[in-house]
Amino acid sequence: MSDVVDHSRRRLLTAATVGTGAIGVAFVAIPFLSSWQPSARAKALGAPVEVDASKLEAGQMLKVVWRGQPVYVVRRTKAVVDGLGGHDGLLADPKSDDSTQPDYIKESGAVRARNPEYWVGLAVCTHLGCSPLGAFEPNNALQVAGTDLGANWPGGFYCPCHGSKYDISGRVFKAMPAPKNLTVPPYSISADLRVAIGASDAPKKVS
Amino acid sequence: MAAGPDSVHPVSGGGLLGWVDQRFPLTKLWKSQVSEYYAPKNFNFWYYFGVLSLVVLVNQLVTGIFLTMNYKPSSAEAFASVEYIMRDVDWGWLIRYMHSTGASAFFIVIYLHMFRALLYGSARKPRELLWIFGCLIFLLLMAEAFMGYVLPWGNMSYWGAQVIVSLFGSLPVIGSGLVEWIRGDYYIADATLNRFFALHVAALPLALVFLVIAHLMALHEVGSNNPDGIDIHDHEDAKGHPLDGIPFHPYYTVKDMVGIAGFLLLFSAVIFFAPTFGGLFLESPNFDPANALQTPPHIAPVWYFTPFYAMLRAVPSFAGTQVWGVMVMGASVLIIFFVPWLDRSPVRSIRYRGPIYKIMLGIFVVSFVVLAVCGLKPPAGIYPVLGRICTITYFSFFVLMPLYTKFEPVKPVPERVTGHA
Repeated sequence: MSDVVDHSRRRLLTAATVGTGAIGVAFVAIPFLSSWQPSARAKALGAPVEVDASKLEAGQMLKVVWRGQPVYVVRRTKAVVDGLGGHDGLLADPKSDDSTQPDYIKESGAVRARNPEYWVGLAVCTHLGCSPLGAFEPNNALQVAGTDLGANWPGGFYCPCHGSKYDISGRVFKAMPAPKNLTVPPYSISADLRVAIGASDAPKKVS
Repeated sequence: MAAGPDSVHPVSGGGLLGWVDQRFPLTKLWKSQVSEYYAPKNFNFWYYFGVLSLVVLVNQLVTGIFLTMNYKPSSAEAFASVEYIMRDVDWGWLIRYMHSTGASAFFIVIYLHMFRALLYGSARKPRELLWIFGCLIFLLLMAEAFMGYVLPWGNMSYWGAQVIVSLFGSLPVIGSGLVEWIRGDYYIADATLNRFFALHVAALPLALVFLVIAHLMALHEVGSNNPDGIDIHDHEDAKGHPLDGIPFHPYYTVKDMVGIAGFLLLFSAVIFFAPTFGGLFLESPNFDPANALQTPPHIAPVWYFTPFYAMLRAVPSFAGTQVWGVMVMGASVLIIFFVPWLDRSPVRSIRYRGPIYKIMLGIFVVSFVVLAVCGLKPPAGIYPVLGRICTITYFSFFVLMPLYTKFEPVKPVPERVTGHA
């Protein structure tokens, strides 16, 4: 055995040992980091909620709870949908540029919906989180008790807490306490009007 | 002396201390770190804040341990368990107020401690690493304070967490996945509270204590700076002790006790007479339980975060993302790390610098305070404009530092420390 230290051999062995150890540490880190992901229980509780909207008449709405928040599904009349583009001048964010919604909702323009007849959105006022009330009848200024919605009401939502008004696509009017349009969650709506809130893709059919 | 194992450590006499000293460097450590650690003799008022931060750290550790004995880290029980501590646990209110007031006190003494370093050039070579350890402590302290504020699960806890965690969501590509990973759920939920508790009471305090030890080791390796910003080891006596140095113990231990007593007077006054400090130390919405459906009318962080929060808000979103504000806020903290290299002045202490540094430091302090006020106020009226101006002046202090420190004429630096004694 030689007394001379082979430094290059020692460096190589040290590097190899450190490298092997580092790979081991990286693998062991995976379970720890993954443990921070939403758990199976959280995933189950946060799963998309599916509702059947086919029984809704025009002017009716469904209230669904998804991830702890109320969601409205509103069926609108054809006349109301056709009139949606007519009052952009009264709105704070008619094109939903500063509001929260999936891209396909923003691209749908004034209807803010995947199926123009059915509007889906969070019933959480963007001001302080109250639930706005439905006031869907156009030109009926007195449909919310104690409040005059003003002449030429196009139909929409009225927040009873601080008086924010939204149109029936959840777009907020100008000079309201609420800064943004009502948030639209990702959802899908099938041809037979089953709405899956929380999933942008239609749920797989169970055969 | 007899040959044998005893001759290996011929440090002290007999008795218990001698027995220990032969097995552990107790006397050696005491001498090298305390009784024969020579500190400059001209320390002034500003040199209290290092030891005060140590006092507050111990306060937070002790009161924190006792709070965990009654606190329940679950979204269903957290708020009620804090009220239980406040109402039903004997002296629970005192322990909690010591902890909540301690959080604010921590930032007060740390901010003054950092300001001291800017006054006297304490970050400059050879104390760069000492400064970096300090900045890391500051960074960890911010994380620690944020997570601690979430634990009572009041409505401001909840929405504060919502706002701060959402900041990570503005990062491109990884943002939304990262936010989900931090929260462990699709909203700020039980999982979030539980992991913040684990980090707040175990992981971060452990890291903080290690960093504090590293900070002190670095300090004692390079020696303390002083208000004149000169090296006291340039003039030593025959034994190698600096002529302008005095042993830390008993001279500075006694001086620090006076400072600690003064600090504890003020600290107690707040705990007993103004624990919420007019909504600054404990915000009123936090006396309502967390409510995912009801945002407080105005979300403001606790006062010590407001300068950074104001800078976050000062930057408008463009190109469809808020990430710029987040980047500015991150930069506002990270830029502090670079002070030792940004400062090019030939002198350390403000005493021998020209007027420009004094003016810039003054502007910096004013900007910091104004930003703190802006961050507390709703973003309306004059505050957004003020916030933008002060964000610029805040960064100018650092970014322009290489220029104004390099070309500014300085006064001659004395050979020996100045002042009495």
